[in-house]
Amino acid sequence: MTWAILQPLFTMLIFTIFFGRLAKMPSDGIPYSLFALTALTPWTFFANGLTTSSNSLVSNANLITKVYFPRLAIPIAAVFSGAIDFLLTFALLMMYVLYMGFWPTWKILWLPGFVLLAVVTSLGVGLWLSALNVEYRDVRYTVPFLTQVWLFSTPIAYPSSMMHEPWRTVYGLNPMVGVVEGFRWAILGSGRPPGGMFFVSCMAAAALLTTGAFYFRRMEKGFADIV
Amino acid sequence: MGNTAIEVRGIGKQYRLGAAGGDRQYSYKSLRDLLAEIPRTLFRRHQAQAPRTFWALKDVCFDVVEGEVVGLIGRNGAGKSTFLKVLSRVTDPTEGRILLRGRVGSLLEVGTGFHPELTGRENIALNGAILGMRRAEIARQFDAIVAFAEVEKFIDMPVKHYSSGMYLRLAFAVAAHLEPEILLVDEVLAVGDAAFQKKCLGKMADVSQQGRTIVFVSHNMTALRSLCTRAVWLNEGKVMEDGPVATVVDHYLQRNATANLESRWDDPATAPGDHRARLHLVRVNVKNADADRVTRETPVEIEFQYWNFVPGAVLDVSMFLYTLEEVCVFNIASPYSPKPAGLIRETVHIPANFLNAGSHYVRLFLIQHSATVIVRHSHAVSFEVEEGERADGWYGRWIGAVRPDLQWTCEFL
Repeated sequence: MTWAILQPLFTMLIFTIFFGRLAKMPSDGIPYSLFALTALTPWTFFANGLTTSSNSLVSNANLITKVYFPRLAIPIAAVFSGAIDFLLTFALLMMYVLYMGFWPTWKILWLPGFVLLAVVTSLGVGLWLSALNVEYRDVRYTVPFLTQVWLFSTPIAYPSSMMHEPWRTVYGLNPMVGVVEGFRWAILGSGRPPGGMFFVSCMAAAALLTTGAFYFRRMEKGFADIV
Repeated sequence: MGNTAIEVRGIGKQYRLGAAGGDRQYSYKSLRDLLAEIPRTLFRRHQAQAPRTFWALKDVCFDVVEGEVVGLIGRNGAGKSTFLKVLSRVTDPTEGRILLRGRVGSLLEVGTGFHPELTGRENIALNGAILGMRRAEIARQFDAIVAFAEVEKFIDMPVKHYSSGMYLRLAFAVAAHLEPEILLVDEVLAVGDAAFQKKCLGKMADVSQQGRTIVFVSHNMTALRSLCTRAVWLNEGKVMEDGPVATVVDHYLQRNATANLESRWDDPATAPGDHRARLHLVRVNVKNADADRVTRETPVEIEFQYWNFVPGAVLDVSMFLYTLEEVCVFNIASPYSPKPAGLIRETVHIPANFLNAGSHYVRLFLIQHSATVIVRHSHAVSFEVEEGERADGWYGRWIGAVRPDLQWTCEFL
């Protein structure tokens, strides 16, 4: 339980010290620690979901080879197992938001949409990686690297306002950009309302999920034989 | 009765042998290799190397009628477990199709999905859910499961602290209380002590009496005979025989028994034994006009010949007669007395109408001074006792290690 809270909290602390204080990173006029924590909340959920689900099939090999049930349940359960942690971190975030004197507006009603986008992205990538991991066991070594690269290509430590059109929209191809920007807009009122970039993010996430599910279904028949 | 519950049509399952890449030593494919292959395949036409394959199952066909209890038998590697996996949809057949009517419950391994950190109570819920029970069903069966597994006292303890027997009993109990229309059971009955095994078999019999269809794998021929109505014998992925359980099991045992009526060693220097005595011959002498057939009505002699090198040594032959199911029918020793040096013959006479039908084999010890084992032979000779003429109306198998003709009296009081 405490780990769920400590992980984003410490990351926030480190980001605040190094990026906020030392590198003087702009944060759209928001206190840097709040700016980072708002982004880290959905990010931690996404990254944990991705890591657990990509290993989920291999670590449940004994079930897969002995019992029949829809295999999709395994990576889906792995992603959703992070929900409790997410709710805890989110409660902490909201307390911090209020403490810092921000009062959420009607925009917060959009939040479930952004959470859904994070779930879809996490699941899409999780389906791809978990199925790949069954066939190619070295996939697991790429996962930490992948999350790290993804962390820095998502505007968590810096604002996406550093980008300009048309690159901003292209940037939206990373669905987590849409999620993180959405969280900041809905909770802190910073940045722009969902527009072209958000739309691109949604499309990218949908594409990830569809292709992931398709690949998963295709590989599913062989899981019990090769896992 | 009458409706087919399981239809199996030409099922085949092919597996690859070793690594896909032929000479590569890796046990699994790696993404790294795959990425390295890409530039190579761009410049060179990809040579499709046919991976070595084998068929674990081939052309398996049969139907199972609703309420039937079918036993699957076969040597290790005959494809029994693969077949159950295909039936339970864990893995897809390479060819052929299967039609199952009704909810399928499968028990391919005891304790699948048990989590060591959870308590017995929690594991019942978890395991039940994994095996396909509904929440209400688990709640309804909970007490029965706990009572069956005999773990009442420990139900709120994490299963990692359970003894292995408790663990297995609990796992079997959950599976036994599944209520699917079709139950597939792999070799899992061999759990717990004799009393618990008996309870398991009793539970299986109950389940079949409720009109459910059961397919199960076992090497316990006695259990098969008492539970099943029909048996399917798989050999190297193919159906060898399919029919009434008694016939198929007998044929299976015979095939694997290979009657061997004589074992002999002609060289007194290398025969089993040592400088004190060596075994020369073990032979089954069949006192039957009909040559080598042994029936229940045939008296059988088992002859032992050995060389004694120590004059005056006290030697005796201790013989064990076993059935193929590893049940010892009897153990008998020749009278011990001082033996002169030279070749000695000792013969034991087994009367007619004493042995039960079935395969038998002989183990023997050659013992000196009723203390030192000089020769030990665990499979000297074997023979098959066939069912003779039957005057009674009973065509089933008589059970028991022996079937002696004993005196009965009948009085009208």
